[in-house]
Amino acid sequence: MPDRKGIYRKKRLDRGIKARADTIYLIASWREIFYLLLPRAFPVGFLLILPAVLHGYWQKVLVFACVYGLLALSWDLLASCGLFSLGQALFFGAGAYLAGGLNYYLHLPPLVTVPAATVGGGLLCAGLLAPVIRLRGVYFAMVTLMFPLLLMRGIETTGVLGGTHGLSALSPFPGETLTAYLAVLAFLACLFLFRRLINSDYGLVLMAIRDDDRAVMSGGINIYWRKTQALFLAGSVGAFAGALMTHHFQFLGMSAFALDYSILPVAAVALGGQGSFAGAALGSMILVPLSESLRALGGLRIALYCIILMVSIVALPEGLFHYLERKYHQFETRAEVE
Amino acid sequence: MIPTLLVYGLVNSVILALYALGFSLTYGISGLANFAHGALYILSGFAAWNLIHHMGIPLLPAALLSVALTGMLGFVFYWVLLLRIRGIALAELVVTFSAGVAILEILTWQGFYGIRYSLPVFLRGGIEVGGVAVDYQRLLVLGTGVVLVILLWLFVHHTRIGLAFRAMAQNERTALSVGIESDWVGSLSLAMGAALAAVAALVVLPLGVMESTIGYEVLIYALAVAIVGGLESTVGMILGSFLIGFGQVAAARFIGAKWMVIVPLAAIVVVLAVRPSGILGRFKELEERV
Repeated sequence: MPDRKGIYRKKRLDRGIKARADTIYLIASWREIFYLLLPRAFPVGFLLILPAVLHGYWQKVLVFACVYGLLALSWDLLASCGLFSLGQALFFGAGAYLAGGLNYYLHLPPLVTVPAATVGGGLLCAGLLAPVIRLRGVYFAMVTLMFPLLLMRGIETTGVLGGTHGLSALSPFPGETLTAYLAVLAFLACLFLFRRLINSDYGLVLMAIRDDDRAVMSGGINIYWRKTQALFLAGSVGAFAGALMTHHFQFLGMSAFALDYSILPVAAVALGGQGSFAGAALGSMILVPLSESLRALGGLRIALYCIILMVSIVALPEGLFHYLERKYHQFETRAEVE
Repeated sequence: MIPTLLVYGLVNSVILALYALGFSLTYGISGLANFAHGALYILSGFAAWNLIHHMGIPLLPAALLSVALTGMLGFVFYWVLLLRIRGIALAELVVTFSAGVAILEILTWQGFYGIRYSLPVFLRGGIEVGGVAVDYQRLLVLGTGVVLVILLWLFVHHTRIGLAFRAMAQNERTALSVGIESDWVGSLSLAMGAALAAVAALVVLPLGVMESTIGYEVLIYALAVAIVGGLESTVGMILGSFLIGFGQVAAARFIGAKWMVIVPLAAIVVVLAVRPSGILGRFKELEERV
């Protein structure tokens, strides 16, 4: 028998606060209430203070982070019912073009165009993708990758909606801080709504479709109709982000279908961890400010996202959020190997 | 008019088939959708350009060297990045896609675009075929396409590695049980796919200017051809490339050159929606796609 003296191992134990299930807690003291509330309340409070504290450039970065966060959340919702999209730019672009078009041609105020683009964009995306909803996995990803490129080429070729020049001088939101608050509130609302939704019966069906769609079908549920509904929800969120950005920039161009809007959300989810929405939110809140501070690198930015994406998938496949969550809920002590 | 359509349609179709050959080889053998295919294509072009212009290597050795280097890159790519995530379709897709985009963006950042970057043709001059002027390089493309398809057929039917490739494509577990190691076959198939992309690049790129954005186009065309024809069927792949190739030339002639780009995208969307397994794809229809 080899001599094991002085060798230690890490001993991990779950904290005794969980009762019966992962989401039901047994609370006995204020300390435990704080223990549970802190990771939820702190980011929310932090995000609500930020728009008031930040000014100018970094306020814009915050809006960016929230917009990419919304796209990442909508990606995560699609992924939780088994639809892997590589074309969040489709949702973003649909919302951007709807809001911009309504504002430019019909002179409607943002108060009308943003909700209209949100609902209309969701309907449009669900309608466009409904014919290919039967595809799974890689095939769905391929089609969604094509769609924004196709629409971009279509706009370039036909010259509708401003063509290559885009539409400019759109009406802005009243005030930068207000825009930032709108973005943050929408982001938080979407995050908590989706978290609530995925734990409800409705979300359970969506996740079951991801895990075993044949079983769901045999339960008498029309999975294609459910998937279309998920597409509508995800599409609306993405379209809202697009509409917000259009009015924020007061400009609309073909760049609304750019590859950035497809890749960065996926990168954010891959970094933060899939399936909990909080991971998507965390990922985008890390990645966007990081990429902004790397703006000096110019074209290398996208290359850098891609490298982050590769490294995080290969090195930490579960994602940052799941890793942190595990660490937070466990004691770790050093115990001598016997 | 009709002869022009036929000759250029033929050349265009063979170019598309060359794009797709490596992609569908890798996918057919190891089920790995290599989304970095377009990036490897353009990277091999730039590798050859650098070998010729900075190291003074003549064209033919430079071309061979660049094919070998790209193949090795594919091999390394498998062992470094894909080994840990093998079998998780989404992770494979995201990693290969982001590797491809990273390569393309770094090439753009390095300033690899513009008229300066073009590969020399292997053969100068041209002849007339049925009243249509064709340069030798385009004929070389045709010849390469035909020769590659024949060589590949011989390779997968008459060599030990080729037979192992087919075994892995048919049934991975049975192949494992007779001693074919799936990681070796997977990495070799990726290396061969990358090398085929490089061969395609070296014969097709001299026809135009090199740009890193071509990488995205090559990927889209390779996907389009593979999806339209059926991902696992070689005959389907050739059929798909002819369909899209002639469709493109016809669209350019009768509607306008701008519409060439829309043909493959539209073809993909229509085929995936109407007949998801592709024109000649048969098996895997139920389990994977739908």
